Amino acid sequence: MGTWTWFHKLSSPPHFYRIAGKMIPWFAIPAALCLAYGLYAGLVLAPADYQQGDAFRIIYVHAPAAWLSLMCYTVMAVAAAVGLVWRIKLAHALAAATAPIGASFAFLCLATGSIWGRPMWGTWWTWDARLTSQLILLFLYLGYMALRSAYDDLSKADRASAVLAIVGIVNVPIIHFSVTWWNSLHQGSTVIRRGGPAMPPSMLIPLLVCFLGFTLLYAALASIRVRAEVLRRERHASWLSQWSGRAGRAE
Amino acid sequence: MTPRQKRLWTLVAVLAGLGLATAVALKAFDSNLQYFYDPSEVRAGKAPSGKAIRVGGMVAKGSVVRAPGSLQVQFVITDFAQNVTVQYTGLLPDLFREGQGIIAHGELKNGTFIADEVLAKHDEKYTPPEVAKSLKKRHEGLGADGASATAPAATKDEGTSR
Repeated sequence: MGTWTWFHKLSSPPHFYRIAGKMIPWFAIPAALCLAYGLYAGLVLAPADYQQGDAFRIIYVHAPAAWLSLMCYTVMAVAAAVGLVWRIKLAHALAAATAPIGASFAFLCLATGSIWGRPMWGTWWTWDARLTSQLILLFLYLGYMALRSAYDDLSKADRASAVLAIVGIVNVPIIHFSVTWWNSLHQGSTVIRRGGPAMPPSMLIPLLVCFLGFTLLYAALASIRVRAEVLRRERHASWLSQWSGRAGRAE
Repeated sequence: MTPRQKRLWTLVAVLAGLGLATAVALKAFDSNLQYFYDPSEVRAGKAPSGKAIRVGGMVAKGSVVRAPGSLQVQFVITDFAQNVTVQYTGLLPDLFREGQGIIAHGELKNGTFIADEVLAKHDEKYTPPEVAKSLKKRHEGLGADGASATAPAATKDEGTSR
């Protein structure tokens, strides 16, 4: 009962707008600290790999970017499903706010992978299962964003794009398991693996801190973006004009 | 059933159908989704002949022969059950060495694989130079030449770690 009323309260736009605003520093400051330490420890302090030398350090950006591109998609699809079934507009707002963040991380993942692949594999790009499915993920994000902007009517945009987001979720496990289901040029995962992580703590700890930092960065960015999305959707709502009127008088 | 419950069950049904369809499709295209064949599959005739394919495996120790004065190189790749001899002319990736996983693209002609592209496959393991060096010491049987060929960084800081 308690959680249910809390959930309902949260789904009211003015309440949500205020809560999201209060959360931003709680996400942004730890994110900055984690990224400052994680990136410095990974890019400078951690030992070089005996085969790849310093080129291996791209993992401190590439792997967290890959993780976030998958996590953002999952958040987007779940939010879209919640919006579709329970008709909660804020859930659609969260999905819409998340898409460009996820697309950016998917692009970052592909770009850093390509830069690493050229000297290590000997090619910028190849059509193996992992690389291809990750590229499809980027296209799903772009398709979702394009579909949203194709509608003038917000509730139609919400519903149509939600269906695309939900259908695209099948790609997420495919990306993750592509390197185990099929043989591929891309290596298996280093951290989540049978027999424990395949790197010593001196390399692993900065990587885990980077994972945490990037995840908190998503939370901060999503809070900022979802507030903007709420403002755009509620621009004619009475709570907003009252609220902005009050803010105007206070100045 | 309320409209909300109806929507929820529709969603569940759609996801189940979608998952099943994807699983069936991926199963059907399994061989197309494989990036390379291993030497055993090539020897068993599972790889299509008369068409460009990829063969992946470990470069067998002591098998690399370079033609003097040219970029031509011949080596054997193995999956420790079967072998395929590969001929290639061109630049090899930095990670290419004996004992390294590689993937060659080309065509099988009279039992020899004529490659037009050789890519190095890196595994998921990351090791600092000192650790690699002490591991090498424990496996002294692999020979001193192996140590210098596979771990250039390890030989570089010979003096710092004993």
